[in-house]
Amino acid sequence: MSTTLKLRFFARLREDLGTGAEEVAVPPGVATVAGLRAHLAARGGAWATTLAQGKAIRVAVNQELAEAATPIRAGDEVAFFPPVTGG
Amino acid sequence: MPVRIQTEDFDVSAEIAALRRGNPKIGAVASFVGVVRDVNDGDSVAALKLEHYPGMTEKAIEAIVAEAKARWDIADVTVVHRVGELKPLDQIVLVVVAGGHRGDAFAACEFIMDYLKTRAPFWKKEQTPQGARWVEARSSDDEAAERWAGAKKDVA
Repeated sequence: MSTTLKLRFFARLREDLGTGAEEVAVPPGVATVAGLRAHLAARGGAWATTLAQGKAIRVAVNQELAEAATPIRAGDEVAFFPPVTGG
Repeated sequence: MPVRIQTEDFDVSAEIAALRRGNPKIGAVASFVGVVRDVNDGDSVAALKLEHYPGMTEKAIEAIVAEAKARWDIADVTVVHRVGELKPLDQIVLVVVAGGHRGDAFAACEFIMDYLKTRAPFWKKEQTPQGARWVEARSSDDEAAERWAGAKKDVA
């Protein structure tokens, strides 16, 4: 059983990864924001450099700011983006 | 509690008038307008492009306004934020807070801007003579937001 998620990418991340959105099925062991980030970074290439540990990245789960330990469940919308610069 | 994200410009006077209309309990209106500068980090800026996360942006700002209303005695709030292509001198963001007295209106207005800068999903890309670049987040904005962490209604 895999978990299907809707991913969104914004700003610099969208450009560096070459995509703004995708649906992805992840293994059941990928159960938190940190786990998903590591899972995506393991794709290598731009994914590895853009999502590397230590890079300042914000994550939102279902459009609410999340932490590394925030759980993810099937059907969730998970967005990755740089620190915000509005206002 | 109108929160609007739009590409078009806004009229500050009209927004203030709309927020106050027909409410004789309002004794104070505090407003903030953010404007595009022609320089950033030492480079001239010819234009700016603002990207956002539709849906989350509105929710994030509405949550910030709800928190301001819980902390301070204010009547109503308008937030308008522009996205898309902007040039120096253009207005970017408007926060209007109406309430009974100026102290709470001023504080709530500043709080909303400080939280918006660090929590609402907008990103600026600026056009400089060296090319286009994403604006980096500033630690001073995080510090401005953090100073509200301990602020309560009665000590604000």
